[in-house]
Amino acid sequence: MSENVLPFPRRLPARRPIAPSAVIGMLIFVVTELMLYAGFISAFTITKAAYNTWPPIGQPRLPAGETLVNSLALLGSGVALFFAGRAFRREPQSAKRPMLLALLLGAYFVGFQGVEWMRLLGQGLTFTSSNHGAFFYLIIGSHALHASVAVLALSYGYFRLVRGKLTQGAFLATQVFWYFVVCVWPFLYVRVYL
Amino acid sequence: MSTSAGAAEHAHEHAQHPEHSHEGGHDAGHHEGHDHGSFWSTYVFSVDHKMIAKQYMFTGMLMGLIGGFFSYVFRMQLAYPGFHVPGFGVVSPGEYNALITNHGTIMIFWLAMPVLIAAFGNYLIPLMLGCDDMVFPRINRLSYQIFLISALVLIASWFVPGGGFGGAWTAYPPLSAKSQYNLTPLGSTMWVLAVGLEFVAFLLGGINFVTTAMNSRAPGMKMFDIPMVVWMIVIASILFMGSVGPLVAGAVMLVFDQTIGTGFFDPVRGGDPILWQHLFWFFGHPEVYVVLLPAVGIVAEIITVFSRKKLFAYKTVLYTALGTGVLSFFVWAHHQFVAGIDPRMANVFTATTVLISIPIAEMMFVYVATLYGGSIRLATPMLWALAFIGEFIIGGVTGIFLGSSGSDIYFHDTYFVLAHFHYTFVPIAVIAVFAGVTYWYPKMFGRMLNETLGKIHFWGTVIPFNGIFIPLFITGMGGDHRRIYNYNNFPDLARPDLQHMRQFATVSLLVLLAFQIPFFINFFLSMKKGRLAGNNPWQANTLEWQTVSPPPHGNFAELPNCYRGPYEYSAPDRESDYWPQNEPS
Repeated sequence: MSENVLPFPRRLPARRPIAPSAVIGMLIFVVTELMLYAGFISAFTITKAAYNTWPPIGQPRLPAGETLVNSLALLGSGVALFFAGRAFRREPQSAKRPMLLALLLGAYFVGFQGVEWMRLLGQGLTFTSSNHGAFFYLIIGSHALHASVAVLALSYGYFRLVRGKLTQGAFLATQVFWYFVVCVWPFLYVRVYL
Repeated sequence: MSTSAGAAEHAHEHAQHPEHSHEGGHDAGHHEGHDHGSFWSTYVFSVDHKMIAKQYMFTGMLMGLIGGFFSYVFRMQLAYPGFHVPGFGVVSPGEYNALITNHGTIMIFWLAMPVLIAAFGNYLIPLMLGCDDMVFPRINRLSYQIFLISALVLIASWFVPGGGFGGAWTAYPPLSAKSQYNLTPLGSTMWVLAVGLEFVAFLLGGINFVTTAMNSRAPGMKMFDIPMVVWMIVIASILFMGSVGPLVAGAVMLVFDQTIGTGFFDPVRGGDPILWQHLFWFFGHPEVYVVLLPAVGIVAEIITVFSRKKLFAYKTVLYTALGTGVLSFFVWAHHQFVAGIDPRMANVFTATTVLISIPIAEMMFVYVATLYGGSIRLATPMLWALAFIGEFIIGGVTGIFLGSSGSDIYFHDTYFVLAHFHYTFVPIAVIAVFAGVTYWYPKMFGRMLNETLGKIHFWGTVIPFNGIFIPLFITGMGGDHRRIYNYNNFPDLARPDLQHMRQFATVSLLVLLAFQIPFFINFFLSMKKGRLAGNNPWQANTLEWQTVSPPPHGNFAELPNCYRGPYEYSAPDRESDYWPQNEPS
């Protein structure tokens, strides 16, 4: 134990990260999440295929039109965050306004989804009313959960940005997660609502 | 020269650090606020990858002992039905189901995964890549803490009213979904929760492994200079993270079926029980390779060191592992040949299953080719590594009968299946783990294990292991169905010749368990009394052997550069037969 390491050469260490670690970590996480949604969607597709009519008899249709408008808010929020990213690279403080816009649009999306759910519950679509309701609340609910977490993360990021403490790695990781929430939504909308 | 001596002093001081804190552990009050940190910050809330690895290893070993005890109890019941099992009592049918379910669950999720991936991954990846720690040390700590909670939830599930879950580790609904069938309303939900938490722990760990391997390699370490075991653990983590999503989706649905009363898997309400099998095995089959690949990587390290030869066809092994990984996503339905899938689909999955035996066979050939012409030294780790190759091949070859949809219809759910997968999982989770533990023990604890005790333990484990499962192949072919509590209720299976086989297997298990005692004596005595190991007792090339044993917090006195591949043994024109990766030529 008293021996030591071999004498190392002096010139040290030019470690070049491929990308910020936070981004790589978040990307891996997002891939796992994508597989989770692949699982949900394939389970839903298989179950739906066994029914003659969908939605099952006695169950309300989903509000595809209203949700389409709401989806635009989510997509707009993604675009706003994209411009926030460009602004952040130029001058971090100039990203404040697009980031706030992205945050508000995201929060609006989550809030509107909540209002819509209250109406659907009133129409008799509950978790246990049928597989239609069960899958709707499972898939859209898990997306809403992700969106809520992402909105919280954005708020925290905005708070850090205002205080001038937001690092680039953290900003990029938040961006990756928010893009995931935005980009997975159209697929869920097409599969579940239409 | 003087600077390196200074560095030596420094590293030496660091190396003493764990011992200091250990004393602090016995008498924590004295060391509060001490430089070296308290007992809690060193052993419980440590962010050091080596301590987290040891936490994973000890938790895994403890769970493994529990799983071994379970197998002892139900094997006694099978060999001597109705017998009062010492240490447990008479086994009831419900308890029997809970025992086999939790034996399987523990051995896969709380022994193989934590020790092979989490413990070896945490310990080896930063050391072998020549960096000071994982890129996300606090996420790493969180990973272990969630894992510990998952283990506690699983243990707690055995003591709730109704007892532990008894629906087999595959948890097929409707048995697992409805408490009027499984009679364990709490146990089954806690079982799913425990498995889910465990997945979260490994997801966090896997993110760490992959990111560290991408971003924190020593300067100069190119893709093909990475030691094989690191590659294998990284590929296994990617496989795990790619396959676990659908199972988590299924697990969430199963919990809702159990607790809220949805009908995802309930055919009466439009659900589909086969759906669970697809979601489960989509994860379940890559999972086999998730644990196999790290084991194969460990064996690669050991075989090269103890035959003093370069790994035969490094790139072939790597590409083979990648190919296995891709292919492993397309074989899952071979678990469902009798579950009612389309026979044409069964043909496709037969083909992919038989295909996947090719890369694995290739790896075994590569190892044999590595041995050929080497100066082989049969130290304990090498014995384990060789046993891995031999025993795993038996597991692989018997798998061909099960992967072919025709013969599987006869063998399905018999003890032949059981013996087959124990011939794969025991080499992975026991033999390769012992290979790794005996090989890296000097690095982990700074002292050598006793070779005599190690060899007693080796032969006392490998011979009885065959004694357990060869008879079970035969009873399986004789028609022994799995998950049967008492064969005396089946006149065809209660024949004395089959019963003698079952008893032989049980006695072999007792012998195997008894021979674990020398290991634990060796393991704990050598920590204090073993011969000092020095930096590089096996004269290996990889970077973890180029620092002190045990490595201090931060691993290296000075972070190493990397100049060559990990397996440059017996290079011509050199005096010593090894050539450390960090040594400038």
